Amino acid sequence: MTPGFDTADLRELVPAVIAVLGRRGADFASAEDAVQEALIRALETWPGDPPRDPKGWLVAAAWRKFLDATRSETARRGREVVVDAEPPAEPGAAADDTLRLYFLCAHPTLPSSAAAALTLRAVGGLTTRQIAAAYLVPEATMAQRISRAKKRITGLPLDRPGDLATVLRVLYLVFNEGYGGDGPDHTDLAAEAVRVTRQLVALTDEPEVAGLLALMLLHHARRDSRTGPGGALVPLAEQDRSRWDTTLIAEGVAVLQAALARDRLGEYQAQAAIAALHADAPSADETDWVQIVGWYDELLAITDSPVVRLNRAVAVGEADGAGAGLAALAAVDADVPRYAAVAAHLHERAGDRERAAALYAEAAGAAASVPERDHLTREAARVRQLLRDDAS
Amino acid sequence: MKYLILKHYRGGPGHPGMDYTPMDQWKPAEVDAHMQFISDFASRLQDTGEFVDSQALSTAGAFVRFDGEGRPPVTDGPFAETKDLIAGWMIVDVESWDRAVELAGELSASPGAGGEPIGEWLEVRPFLTGVPGNTE
Repeated sequence: MTPGFDTADLRELVPAVIAVLGRRGADFASAEDAVQEALIRALETWPGDPPRDPKGWLVAAAWRKFLDATRSETARRGREVVVDAEPPAEPGAAADDTLRLYFLCAHPTLPSSAAAALTLRAVGGLTTRQIAAAYLVPEATMAQRISRAKKRITGLPLDRPGDLATVLRVLYLVFNEGYGGDGPDHTDLAAEAVRVTRQLVALTDEPEVAGLLALMLLHHARRDSRTGPGGALVPLAEQDRSRWDTTLIAEGVAVLQAALARDRLGEYQAQAAIAALHADAPSADETDWVQIVGWYDELLAITDSPVVRLNRAVAVGEADGAGAGLAALAAVDADVPRYAAVAAHLHERAGDRERAAALYAEAAGAAASVPERDHLTREAARVRQLLRDDAS
Repeated sequence: MKYLILKHYRGGPGHPGMDYTPMDQWKPAEVDAHMQFISDFASRLQDTGEFVDSQALSTAGAFVRFDGEGRPPVTDGPFAETKDLIAGWMIVDVESWDRAVELAGELSASPGAGGEPIGEWLEVRPFLTGVPGNTE
């Protein structure tokens, strides 16, 4: 890539260019296709020959692609009349158009995998190839998924407020997909989710959007310390805190504080508050677990989620001792993912190593990822070694 | 040529009951050594340009089959025994069958309990990705 050409700048233009085509009368599905083609062309030609007016270039290229695609001469004449009649954008209209794109791409009628892909393409300005590589599926499969999603939302009215909760859920899914860690060659989904959420924060006045951004920033700040040699998982308590990104933490905390000051608490703000308390602790021992339990109580009141209940049991175990943690665990459904891992941890802290070892082995068998499985297998082996040492 | 190196939970020709000590009962250092070996093996194949893909499978799941029009599929599971199950695979793209066998042999030597090579059976299978011949 030549210096001075930043693909992020290019990608940020994508939603605005789709909106321009929309104002000229193009339907969403065709406009989005045309802009995608223009984007691919830009990625090929801009590094060697950057345009003076990037947005003007993209609009012109996308409009040409759109006209080519509509083919029929009469249609073409009709469209050109529309161009002449294109209303000048009112102040704030561009922002509204971009916001509508978020709602459309993450429409509640879409399966979440399709919503995530469409959001990354139309709002995030990624190419189909990049999205496919990030999700480890063939490019043709991803293209089809996106095209089917667009068919599904064709003709939906865009003039009513969309479902913000769905938009946030989709963005958080994209972030978590990337947070799991992927190779250096892949598109960084976590970074893309942060970028697109940042854009959304600038467009809305909703504290939960800021809460989600804060949560992402605070998790993102710890990313490098989450994995050891060979991709091994490093749990929070054992992470090298000097490797946490203090700039991201400071930003996350500032964004969160501004959101909390609005006094409209939601689940992302509460989760971000918990992440901020972890980020704030100079060492694992100095973590303010009592406050964390308080935030889990808030979170539970909002979501009543079994996963939150499970994580709360861990926090209670740290704040009030393993016995209290086990008592809190008794109220959690044993089918919740990671239940056995949490039970193992609490039983070990309570001094029951036999049970802890068996539970760690059970948890390894139920793990959802290889790093998690390997980590839990190591934990089982570690506790069994302690048992052998005790016996000898 | 692409080959699938398939890992089963246990067993192999003449060794239907071949048992390994479950990994959670190894010493922690042995577990680490095993995982490091696997990770080094994969990154070495990435360096040589022979690595294609590697996946591990959960022991959860079931057998499924069609049970007639308008009826839901029959499932048999969760599995009572893991010994016949596929644990995971690696796909390599190599020059020859001999190279695929050589690699599978190295992978099978991953250290187990006591630091000894496990010597488990791995199944090596060529992909049917050759150019179709004239069938007329």
